[in-house]
Amino acid sequence: MRYLPHTDEEIAAMLAVVGRNSLDELFCSIPDHCRYQGEMPLPEALSEWQLEEHFAELGEVMTVGSRHKVLIGAGSAHHFIPESIRALLSRSEFLTAYTPYQPEIAQGTLQGIYEYQTLTARLLGMDVANASMYDGASALAEALLMALRIGRKKSRVAVAGSIHPHYRQVVRTYLGPAGYELVELPVGPEGRCDLSALGDLGELAAVAVQSPNFFGVVEDLELLGQQIHQSGALFIVSFSEPLAFGLFKNPGECGADIACGEGQSFGMPRSFGGAGLGMFACREQFVRNMPGRLVGETLDRQGRRGFVLTLATREQHIRREKATSNICSNQGICAMTAAMYMASLGGTGLRRLARLNYDKAQYCQERLGQVGGKVLWNSPVFNEFVIEFAERDFGPVRQRLLAAGIVAGLDLGRFYPEHAGRYLFGITETVDKAVIDRVAEEVEK
Amino acid sequence: MITESNGMMQDEPLLWEKGRRGRQGMSIPASDVPPGKPPAELCGEGPDFPDLSEVDVVRHYTRLSGWNYGVDRGMYPLGSCTMKYNPKINDRLAATPAIAAAHPLLDESQVQGCLQLMYRLQQALAAITGLPGVCLQPAAGAQGELAGMLLFAAWHRHRGSRRTKILIPDTAHGTNPASAALCGFKPVPVASGAEGILEPAAVDALMDEETAGIMITNPNTLGLFESNIREIADLVHARGGLVYGDGANMNAVMGIVSPARCGIDVMHLNLHKTFSTPHGGGGPGAGPVCVSAELSPFLPVPRVVLSDGRYRLEEDHPLAVGRVHAFHGNFSVLVRAYAYIRSMGAEYLKRASQLAVLNAAYLKESLKDTLPLAFPRPCMHECVFSDAWLHEQNVTTLDFAKRLIDYGYHPPTIYFPLVVPGAIMIEPTETESKEELDRFIATVKQIVQEADDDPELLRQAPVRAKLCRLDETRAARQPCLCG
Repeated sequence: MRYLPHTDEEIAAMLAVVGRNSLDELFCSIPDHCRYQGEMPLPEALSEWQLEEHFAELGEVMTVGSRHKVLIGAGSAHHFIPESIRALLSRSEFLTAYTPYQPEIAQGTLQGIYEYQTLTARLLGMDVANASMYDGASALAEALLMALRIGRKKSRVAVAGSIHPHYRQVVRTYLGPAGYELVELPVGPEGRCDLSALGDLGELAAVAVQSPNFFGVVEDLELLGQQIHQSGALFIVSFSEPLAFGLFKNPGECGADIACGEGQSFGMPRSFGGAGLGMFACREQFVRNMPGRLVGETLDRQGRRGFVLTLATREQHIRREKATSNICSNQGICAMTAAMYMASLGGTGLRRLARLNYDKAQYCQERLGQVGGKVLWNSPVFNEFVIEFAERDFGPVRQRLLAAGIVAGLDLGRFYPEHAGRYLFGITETVDKAVIDRVAEEVEK
Repeated sequence: MITESNGMMQDEPLLWEKGRRGRQGMSIPASDVPPGKPPAELCGEGPDFPDLSEVDVVRHYTRLSGWNYGVDRGMYPLGSCTMKYNPKINDRLAATPAIAAAHPLLDESQVQGCLQLMYRLQQALAAITGLPGVCLQPAAGAQGELAGMLLFAAWHRHRGSRRTKILIPDTAHGTNPASAALCGFKPVPVASGAEGILEPAAVDALMDEETAGIMITNPNTLGLFESNIREIADLVHARGGLVYGDGANMNAVMGIVSPARCGIDVMHLNLHKTFSTPHGGGGPGAGPVCVSAELSPFLPVPRVVLSDGRYRLEEDHPLAVGRVHAFHGNFSVLVRAYAYIRSMGAEYLKRASQLAVLNAAYLKESLKDTLPLAFPRPCMHECVFSDAWLHEQNVTTLDFAKRLIDYGYHPPTIYFPLVVPGAIMIEPTETESKEELDRFIATVKQIVQEADDDPELLRQAPVRAKLCRLDETRAARQPCLCG
């Protein structure tokens, strides 16, 4: 086996040094009743070439492939990824390194993550961003737990019903067993978060809102932030499309105390939903309550600038059960990817790309409106929008489009039964006008 | 202006210290649609990012990469972290176009390849652990632990038993107490015995009607097999508790130990350790949980099942603890681990464990007269030495570790596990050859000699890295986390 370098002679020589007669004897401390019986029932080992063949077959049974135009976002967006990023990510100096606990030989990772933290903080308008969380969902759960720590005696939090349904499910999973109470706020008539019940909810440690929300609607974060702060709760902004902050006001400007979300759209393929990136940032006053790793600047013994993991006294390996989170491994290389992507776009490019995404979705929404599609809400959207085709059954249209290589939107019914038959479309810079026109033409037929 | 140069280990400024307004590092398509009218009151300025060209970005990260040490560069004997070689083919397979492009919310019928892969990986992990229920969602070992603790809580609640404590040995993984606490369990430490392993009597004294169960890392963080695990499991079960197996060290015992026969009810596996996926400078990992048939109804949803020749995602399980990831976990990591298991088969997975243990035993035997062993028992995949030898020279474990850097090695894990003073924890993994180990052994002996002859060499180390020792106290006292 090519990954195992030992020859029979070497094994024999090594066994002689350790005073054993066989490899089996190395395991003499294992009692019989703990031993594996027989051989593990696994398929035969494949050669590298057979393995490639097997994966080619797995690829072939995917009836929607990489050439399809998938007009779905819903927390997993398709954006162009420059080849330069793929090439840089293949550098094994980054990929095959461990967590940078030995800073003298990990300055590449450490400076890279420090840059990621800085660009993320600037993007979100926050003081400090951490080195990453698992994904947008667990980042939100951890943000709420953080707010509960800050709120001390408070044991209730609220989340907008327009937050990604899967994020809300993960929040429920995380908060349930510790006995915290979770309230869901209704979606208002314009597809935006409805805070009218806020006054009746009693003391809340935090209120979380997503923008753009699951329906693609851009929330009026400034207004929401004021109302939430008036109620005495912390204001958490969740997101699944950070590109939006290239065009719209960022969470920090709107008063967010914590901003967290999914960063997959910054240079990571959809890859069936992972590995993505949990982005997490907060105001400076809350840093010591923050979950996750942090990289900080310092000096070496000769006074040269360098970077280290810092404020580790918050973390599980030091603080044990009193840690701010149990997270250890995070999404390191994904954070590095996002930084490469932000660097490649630059401030000018990010704004241009955000604007292009806005325009495309706007065009698609209008174009479908012209052929009888009814835009559900009259709110501004970014990248995504909800539409219904009341006059005709969209099912057959969707089938015809699929045959033409286009996956036209996502039926909302599986997440919101009241919206069954309404479709959530996701449009990015990867969708040409011709594709949008084709969808419209098919609706018209 | 000529910036400071460090020869071929070039200096490189921070991203925002470079660039010129108006540069662009990636291709952005020209707009083919009419401009929309974003509402001015919601619009912002956009972030203050530097503008860089593609060359700027490529040079920047290429230079940074030169300051890093990875497995491809050399031996990485970090105890408990399992820095084995990461096969190249697996990275490429994860980029298979149809798989890398798959949207997670497509219809089941459109993504049979992805679901088949997940199903087969579930089956493989079930075969390896002997535990039939598998959930692939947890994004890392610690999230696997959390999922496991959620399962404990759900199982007890379902039986109407209210338990608030959890037993955690002092040789367990560092994340265990924090994971248990997230579920509202109060960790109760259990001291390991004089031999470095758990004694049933110690568990007997603590396991009561308020205790949900025990979390055991086996082999433990001293690299020792918990030989009493079955007796301990029987005892915990008899008192209505459950046994959690932290499988972070499963790489030592694949095909040799059956976690199911050890009496383990729930176990997570670290695919980025045992199954060779790259650590990525901190992640992503993957921490699937494997459970007994009795615990299976509580597993997170959705689950991949096979019926009538089609792979499906099942959501409707009323007892399930819920969802722990937005989609299906770190799928690109699952792909790599699956490829590794298919490349190895049962025979070579077992062989990998045997050779991992052989390598650790060989290192231990070769160094036991140079460094003091913490526990003179047969070791599994890693061995732990103490710092008793260093006191005379007024040199610390940290100094020793840093000196290894000057010889081109990543240092071992140090000061962990906490039960060993000044611990030096070495895990060579099976992918290091005998001559590589011999070189490492000779280097350690040389550094020990240096500690006698010229301890200043250790105290000043490293002198051949990009930077010399960094001031961590300063970083923590005056945090500068954002540039």
